[in-house]
Amino acid sequence: MVRVLERLGHTVEFPAGQTCCGQMHYNTGYQAEAMPLLERFVAQFKGAEAVVVPSSSCVAMMRDHYPIMAEHIGKPELTAELNKLLPNVYEFSEFLTKRLGLTDVGAYYPHKVTYHASCHGLRNLGLGDGPQQLLRAVKGIDLVEIAGLEQCCGFGGTFAVKNAEVSSAMLAEKTNAILNTKAEACTACDNSCLMHIQGALHRQRTPVRTIHLAEILASEDGAVIA
Amino acid sequence: MATDARTAILSKIRSALGTKATPEAAAAAWAGLPRDYVRVSTGTKSELIERLIDRLHDYDAQVLEVEATDLKAGVAKMLTARGATKMLIPLGLSNALLPEGVDFTVDTGLSAAELDACGGVLTEATLAIAETGSLVLQNVAGQGRRAGSLVPDYHLCVVDVAKVVGTVPEAISALQATAGLATTFISGPSATADIEMTRIKGVHGPRFLDVILVH
Amino acid sequence: MSGTALDPRTAPTFPMAAHKLMGDTQLRKNVRHATDVIQNKRAKVVGEMPDWQGLREAGKSLREHTMKHLDVYLEQFERNCTAAGGVVHWARNGEEAKRIVIDLVKASGSNEVIKIKSMTTEEIQLNTALEAAGIRPYETDLAELIIQLGKDQPSHIVVPALHKNRQQIREIFQREMNLPDLGNTPQDLADAARLFLREKFLKVKTGVSGANFLIAETGGVCVVESEGNGRMCLTLPETLITIAGIDKVVPRFQDLEVLLQLLPRSATGERMNPYNSVWTGVHPGDGPKAFHVILMDNARTEILADEEGRQTLNCIRCGACQNACPVYRQTGGHAYGSVYAGPIGAILTPQLQEMHHAQTLPYASSLCGACYEVCPVKINIPEVLIHLRNKVVKQNGPFGPEALAMRGMAMIFRSEARFRAAQRFGRMAETPLVRKDGNGEGWIGWLPGLLGGWTQVRDLQEMPKETFRDWWEKRADAKGGKHGN
Repeated sequence: MVRVLERLGHTVEFPAGQTCCGQMHYNTGYQAEAMPLLERFVAQFKGAEAVVVPSSSCVAMMRDHYPIMAEHIGKPELTAELNKLLPNVYEFSEFLTKRLGLTDVGAYYPHKVTYHASCHGLRNLGLGDGPQQLLRAVKGIDLVEIAGLEQCCGFGGTFAVKNAEVSSAMLAEKTNAILNTKAEACTACDNSCLMHIQGALHRQRTPVRTIHLAEILASEDGAVIA
Repeated sequence: MATDARTAILSKIRSALGTKATPEAAAAAWAGLPRDYVRVSTGTKSELIERLIDRLHDYDAQVLEVEATDLKAGVAKMLTARGATKMLIPLGLSNALLPEGVDFTVDTGLSAAELDACGGVLTEATLAIAETGSLVLQNVAGQGRRAGSLVPDYHLCVVDVAKVVGTVPEAISALQATAGLATTFISGPSATADIEMTRIKGVHGPRFLDVILVH
Repeated sequence: MSGTALDPRTAPTFPMAAHKLMGDTQLRKNVRHATDVIQNKRAKVVGEMPDWQGLREAGKSLREHTMKHLDVYLEQFERNCTAAGGVVHWARNGEEAKRIVIDLVKASGSNEVIKIKSMTTEEIQLNTALEAAGIRPYETDLAELIIQLGKDQPSHIVVPALHKNRQQIREIFQREMNLPDLGNTPQDLADAARLFLREKFLKVKTGVSGANFLIAETGGVCVVESEGNGRMCLTLPETLITIAGIDKVVPRFQDLEVLLQLLPRSATGERMNPYNSVWTGVHPGDGPKAFHVILMDNARTEILADEEGRQTLNCIRCGACQNACPVYRQTGGHAYGSVYAGPIGAILTPQLQEMHHAQTLPYASSLCGACYEVCPVKINIPEVLIHLRNKVVKQNGPFGPEALAMRGMAMIFRSEARFRAAQRFGRMAETPLVRKDGNGEGWIGWLPGLLGGWTQVRDLQEMPKETFRDWWEKRADAKGGKHGN
């Protein structure tokens, strides 16, 4: 992601104090534990021209839940900072297509790839086919559509552990659909889905890899497969 | 003394809401609800009729279009095609609809078994909705009580094209004044998809529904 | 699962029930087929409505408005229904509602009733109570008949027998209707049901129904159905008893213009379902001579009191969330231990139990949001699930292994130093579990304790030797720059 942004002429900073958005805590029911992480996020990132995040579910957490959480915390200056910051928080593909208005970022990736639409990107962020537009503009890529594009991979944070069996069945459908495309790699805008899918593809001893969209867009020599 | 259920429930609602709403406040808030949807259809009358016919065909209903002067012949044609010889009719149905050679029984409050003995029923309708292919029947002259259009296995419904509206909101507006009447929306023959989602016509209501549109 | 009623108070946890059901490949195939068909039909008829999002917004606002003025509209309904010759009863809970029904049936002189499919009567297990009181209930909806004759339980709000295929239904009908030569096409089976029930329709004197909408303005009741069994029960008996949750009220007749568009397209994927009946009190010469309606709370006021959970009451029982839910599609409905299955069940059931039972249901979701996307009244089910998870966490207290782990992680995330240390520690701690694969990459194939679910079918790649943070800082050092701020 850094490579793509710098190639496009942007200055990237990485606030060293950043940790986690708190989604896992919040979504599992530990709202109280997530609250300080919101304050931490605001402290780390306030003043940024744009905050670019490589995982759609983290952005969904910030957009959908941070305002409500800030209301609960009840500090007016925190709410004010958050309100200033949030409109400038972008998921990576969204930053490229919506803020910068780009589809071709000069990548070269001569491989057969399929795209998985992560639920939070699809439904909470409304990414639409933005990520596919970026992929279609990659030179050399053979982009193949997956059956059940909008079906959840079954990760869902602690869901994968608490309801491991159902999660596994959902995942099996997803990996079958990926294997049916005969793609070399599956890409997405969310690391958690990719980690989940990669875990099953590896267990099944398939050579198919997962690769983050940013890694494809960063590729100029086309050499890397994940 | 134990409070009665009514008092208890209403008081729980009020404490849950933290207020006691008034009918006036409710009416004012209701009037301000967003209604950003299609209320009135665009399109010509003939487009509406075409849409209605299309929707009725979708439900496997047969549709016949006739001029008012040919209505009796139209009814005769449909009944012959269905082989219907013993038909129920509601009170107040115009004689002008009734062809010769068919046994018409007027529903003067027949028993359920007597209704069941009628092979079909002939009625008019209050209105029809093009968008959904629905016929709306009410308990008025020419349409009759609800069981009459239900128990017989075949329903032939005569609809004046003047009574065709485009959308569901238009239908509901038109029905507002008579909302207190027993009202039935009929969209195609009785159907079920309870077995493997396969649509089957006719479980308990009429298995066959035909419509005559009168111009 | 068959035989015993679905009761959240005694049901196994969701993961346990799911485990059992997921072994039934026939059931999973049936559920998959049915939900695929309905979803496709729904997508088609929703797609042809350019104003669908406007209708959803109107539906949502209308339902929210109704809940905010629930007392006003219930009183209006009561007044107008009574004026039209109906008798209105109030029931605080299922027990009171059942007692009222039994007393009314006995007073009508019947020892049998014909029933329209009603989730509310399923919720309170009315049939069991009727039978115990010597009253025989006949379910008349085809799917409910299949369930009743098969001594089974409903698994879907709209299509309660969708977990059965035609062969299974045929076996039930052959046995229970004594029809050894019955064919197995859906038409044969529907014809058998028609014949079996027609005699009941013509002779049983008392009908029991639920309601889709109670219209406050007119005192009218609306029932939406497909087969005509509903119309039979509403018009042929001499006495009609309708049980409705207090959430079923709508302000005005005009509101049907929204709800009668949203419901059929969402529920069965039809532009309009075959029959909608609207009646108001007693209509002389048309239908029952006596009409009773029971307004039942049964914990709905508890849900109303919770501002974040309140939107659950907006549900119009279309089942679209069930068809869209990837979890429901794997397990079917019985896993939810309640007649309300799927995403709506996962939020409704625990709240109807006042959070005393069914604590695993709020976790029976990957929060993928497919339910919210299809909900015709825009209930944000994922948001309510998270809200209920928070309640469960509070109930479970701070000392369980999960709570301790979560607090530990939160502590790490609150400090950069601890976060860095944790990354280093993680790499050390995982070392004994990491095995190299053929490509020389490290993977974990077994995890202990709570995390073991992950490694049932998945590996976990070892943490990178160099984190992004390491890479970033090394690069910054090389450039002679600072690490960031």
